[in-house]
Amino acid sequence: MSINPALQGRSYPAGGTYVVSREKIREFATATHATHRAHFDLEAAASLGHAELVAPPTFAIIVAQRADAQLIADPEAGIDFSRVVHADQRFTLHRPILAGDELVAELHVDKVRGMGTGAMITTRAEISTVDGESVATTISSILVRGEEAA
Amino acid sequence: MSPIDFATLEKGQQIGSTTLHVNRADLVRYAGASGDFNPIHWNERFATDVGLPGVIAHGMFTMGAAVTLVADWIGDPGAVIDYQSRFTKPVVVEDPAGTNPSEADGTALEVTGVIGALDPEARTARVDLTVIAGGEKVLVKAQALVGF
Repeated sequence: MSINPALQGRSYPAGGTYVVSREKIREFATATHATHRAHFDLEAAASLGHAELVAPPTFAIIVAQRADAQLIADPEAGIDFSRVVHADQRFTLHRPILAGDELVAELHVDKVRGMGTGAMITTRAEISTVDGESVATTISSILVRGEEAA
Repeated sequence: MSPIDFATLEKGQQIGSTTLHVNRADLVRYAGASGDFNPIHWNERFATDVGLPGVIAHGMFTMGAAVTLVADWIGDPGAVIDYQSRFTKPVVVEDPAGTNPSEADGTALEVTGVIGALDPEARTARVDLTVIAGGEKVLVKAQALVGF
């Protein structure tokens, strides 16, 4: 299986809505060893001017990877998920993600670069609320490792 | 209000350091919280079959855990407006014989943050994070931009 170079420039429209819950923020914070009270306690968040619990800075990965899943599942893409390694990641937060946000992500395949028998694929998820407010831009590069020569 | 006065910051200044530990139970917890169930992060046989040295931590676990240093320093996790990293070396998480995987010490991640750049007009500070596991840098160009 090899990566389809025609993927570059392709977009995938926003799929299902992701509703950010207080419990998911608490769960994600706990899982990343984030102990700041603004992830757990409404009063602590309010004291910083946030109307709801604040998601950790990397929380958008949940929404971004759901969007990436569309690409990985696309049979035309030719991506073997078991050979995928995460190479780099960037989050640009246009505002903090808060509990109660209803988010959608539009995925863009910005770059496909062949590397030996594998490929480096750079995707960008534009994350916004269902009302169209821009919330975050995430950029991920994944390395799809080529098959070793037998 | 941030407890940090922007005017007092200097490039090169260390904001702090911390040591985090990651064991197999942490990886299962992160898989569930993030939705990333790639078996290389929880199944030794699968990980070694695909050519890895063993079960490795999610790069996003390490990236997510490292930025807590910045959020705690600035006093508001919502003040981190941009955060990026490259993942260069895998963080191998062992499963030592005779240990409870939920209680094992796990792999130590030494996290240090230094002010890498200041922009007085935008009132932003770039914190450069160094994360070391097993004597090697596991994140490269890990930079968190903080807005004041």
